Amino acid sequence: MQRALVLRRTRSITRRLIVDRAMATLFALATVIAVAPLVLVVAYIVVNGVRGIDLDLVTKLPAPVGEAGGGMANAFVGSAILIAIASAVALPVGILAGVYLSEFGRGRFAATLRFLTDVLTGIPSIVVGIVAYTLVVVPFRSFSALSGGLALSIIMIPTVTRTTEEALKRVPTTIREASLALGVHEWKTVLRIVIPTGLGGIVTGVMLAIARISGETAPLLFTAFGSSFWGEGPLKPIAAVPLQIFQYAISPYKEWHDQAWAAALVLMLFVLVLNVGIRSVTRTGFQSRGV
Amino acid sequence: MADTAFRRVSFVFGVLIVALVALMVYEMAQQSSLSMRTFGPAFLTSTTWDPQHRAFGALPFIYGTVVSSVLALVIATPISLGVAIFLVEMSPNWLGNVISAVVELLAAIPSVLLGLWGIFVMVPFLQRYVEPALQTAFPGVPLFDGAPYGVGLLAAGLILAIMIVPTIVAISRDVMASVPIAQREGMLALGATKWETTRRAVLPYARSGIVGAMVLGLGRALGETMAVTMVIGNRPVISPSLLDPSYTMASVIANEFTEATYELYVSALIEIGLVLFAVTILMNAAARLLVARTARGMPVAP
Repeated sequence: MQRALVLRRTRSITRRLIVDRAMATLFALATVIAVAPLVLVVAYIVVNGVRGIDLDLVTKLPAPVGEAGGGMANAFVGSAILIAIASAVALPVGILAGVYLSEFGRGRFAATLRFLTDVLTGIPSIVVGIVAYTLVVVPFRSFSALSGGLALSIIMIPTVTRTTEEALKRVPTTIREASLALGVHEWKTVLRIVIPTGLGGIVTGVMLAIARISGETAPLLFTAFGSSFWGEGPLKPIAAVPLQIFQYAISPYKEWHDQAWAAALVLMLFVLVLNVGIRSVTRTGFQSRGV
Repeated sequence: MADTAFRRVSFVFGVLIVALVALMVYEMAQQSSLSMRTFGPAFLTSTTWDPQHRAFGALPFIYGTVVSSVLALVIATPISLGVAIFLVEMSPNWLGNVISAVVELLAAIPSVLLGLWGIFVMVPFLQRYVEPALQTAFPGVPLFDGAPYGVGLLAAGLILAIMIVPTIVAISRDVMASVPIAQREGMLALGATKWETTRRAVLPYARSGIVGAMVLGLGRALGETMAVTMVIGNRPVISPSLLDPSYTMASVIANEFTEATYELYVSALIEIGLVLFAVTILMNAAARLLVARTARGMPVAP
């Protein structure tokens, strides 16, 4: 009786250890499976993209269908213009709203604002595109760089707002108090002391937001629309790198597929370098940053 | 004086964001009112999408969206939880940091690039190897019926799973990390193995946060556009087979918006967008409540 009990316990501890080891292996395996797609996607884009990388890609306009050669310089310029328009709108709004949340944001309204910025982050980007379409494309009767930039700015705003808030909240209260104790006005304290101290965090947020919008495609489909030529002003359609990649990828032409891979490589490097670079210079980078 | 002015200016920008969300809701409702008046609630249950005959029913898109997203969730959840447990409970710190970083980089890759990889690498692979294998393994099962096109619900579900893994990992990792260490020590002191500790002392505490992470991942999958559009086949049919082409709400907007030649057509597409908008807002709100319940005061990843 006694003996049987001991035996059963022995057997069960072995089993428990085996189960423990098996689960550990499973979790490690899950981790490998989760990381594998990144490795695969990066590897394929590098291998397929590297062939198409040449000076033409970034200096020439697209060649007519079926003709070899050509590039997508207009798309790179277009993307830069769209990002500039988006930043011009989103930075003031996002940073000042972030200042409000961090410095004065108590009570009901601030809670609502925080909730709505979170909501804004979760809205599908295609929906943002629809809104930019009804607000800008419809009244001006043309797809335009302006509408594309506006769509991207709506995507940027919540990220900039929340990272600004977080960055400023990390600025120690004692610094604010020291400034106020010296008789400096509150507004001057915020502008000259708090914001400069938290600037690193704000810049990080802005760069991450730029990395995100530089790859956004869905909201540009019916706003910026794409174009085979150089931009013709803010109220005309404009090309963008992710749009061009999409249009080339679903086309039936081999030359366009090659260019799509090449452009994908450039875009991917841009996004990854921004992400890795920014996060490696900020200590908080990987721990708390949202996905 | 200047202080009040400064407060007011920053307050105004806060109001601006609230106004922006309100404006978005208003615009979407306004622009889809024609379709709502014309079709009423039947819009959501009708299966006919025939722009040439002015017949618009969103059910095929709702079906494609729900099935591909749920499939993605089913694939992504166990993997993500495995990763989160590995990160929080098992891996040494340095390795955990590296893996967290890599998984977050995955989230940074633009959707259109995953779509590009999906079209040219994953879809042919599914068509040649995976789908025939599934059909041999489960002969006659309706879930795997039909010709293996490569593109279809299965491809969409896989691509979406890749995209939502980082979301679920990040949040469930944070939630698990917030479970008090004493909780684990107590269990370990009683002689429990690591896995028993995780299962009985950590996971029950993190449960609602994990569910929140899943809901957030699902919300992300529902609204995802480009990668899905590139691999789902874009055909508005309701088929029980995962191998058949399908269509999602986001992809029909992406593909047909610029081709919508008359007002009712545009309005119907915007109504689909409005439904998507409403659903994702609800899911976000629900997810945030769930996560907040596990860890009050903890910053929630957007």
